[in-house]
Amino acid sequence: MSEKPKFVYVTYIRTTPEKLWAALTDPATIKKFWFGINADSDFKQGSPWRLIFEDGRVADTGEILEAVSGKRLVIRWRNEFKPELKAEGWSRCTMEIEMADYYPDFGGKAVRLTILHELEGEGAKFIEAVSGGWPKVLSNLKSLLETGDVAFQKQDQR
Amino acid sequence: MIDAAKFKPKTVYVTYIAATPEKVWRALTDPAFTRQYFFGFSVDVEPRAGGRFRLLWPDGRLHVSGEVAEWTPPRRLAVTWLVEGMRDFGELPRCLVSYDVIASGDAVRVTMTESHSWDVPRDLLKGGEMGWPKILSGLKSLLETGKPLVTAHEAPPPELVAAVKRAIAEKPWLKA
Repeated sequence: MSEKPKFVYVTYIRTTPEKLWAALTDPATIKKFWFGINADSDFKQGSPWRLIFEDGRVADTGEILEAVSGKRLVIRWRNEFKPELKAEGWSRCTMEIEMADYYPDFGGKAVRLTILHELEGEGAKFIEAVSGGWPKVLSNLKSLLETGDVAFQKQDQR
Repeated sequence: MIDAAKFKPKTVYVTYIAATPEKVWRALTDPAFTRQYFFGFSVDVEPRAGGRFRLLWPDGRLHVSGEVAEWTPPRRLAVTWLVEGMRDFGELPRCLVSYDVIASGDAVRVTMTESHSWDVPRDLLKGGEMGWPKILSGLKSLLETGKPLVTAHEAPPPELVAAVKRAIAEKPWLKA
């Protein structure tokens, strides 16, 4: 039995599940931590979902499969702007929000965000591409929630 | 000398930090920093290839011992790594942990790579898979906000303990 191609990333953020959920589902906030991308969706279960570059090109399309506020967001996701990635077909991205444990003497709050991005079919290029992208996007998201600013605006050419 | 070529990367974690490579390097090698993001451990490292590397509990007990495989400030630090402070773990072969630090856009990209010299079972990687995101999330928070984000050092899950016991009983790394 071979496992599906997948990428897993975990990050801990000093915030609340409610604030993290708001950041993941608010297009104005997404634009800040995702290098200017426009998210076109109401993030309700069954709704269409698209990511659109600042120049208007469609980056990715899909559908919100599951939206449980403060807990879980699942997106059916396909790349649209690189033929070799689009050819690998649909993927499923699960974003899971949980409370994390602490050393009590430090206090404060943190949440654990787990991104699981799996390809439905076969292929390595799509997962390789998102493996490079997610750490940048999620590093910026963490910075934005903890400091009010992103870690970096510019990124290497994608 | 450490033959780094025989270690194969198994777990990789990348984070981008609003800092300079020099500040990241200091946070990796100065115990005043590691105590604040690395489960309270103090790093004790001799600043040269071949030097001693240790992580110590707050009371001075040894947790991790190793040797510096590469010391190239502020770009790359690689150390061998043996968890001596946990039952049975000290009988496993050393692994290799490296940090690559490089400016990327207006941030710094930090890549942690945990490499192993033998065909390590998946369950044995769970300790690192659980720990590295906490450690590196804490490092990023500390450098960006000045405040630590210290998550709990969880006990190893049963499947990890079982994998360690099985490995030290069978010693698969001794087989050709």
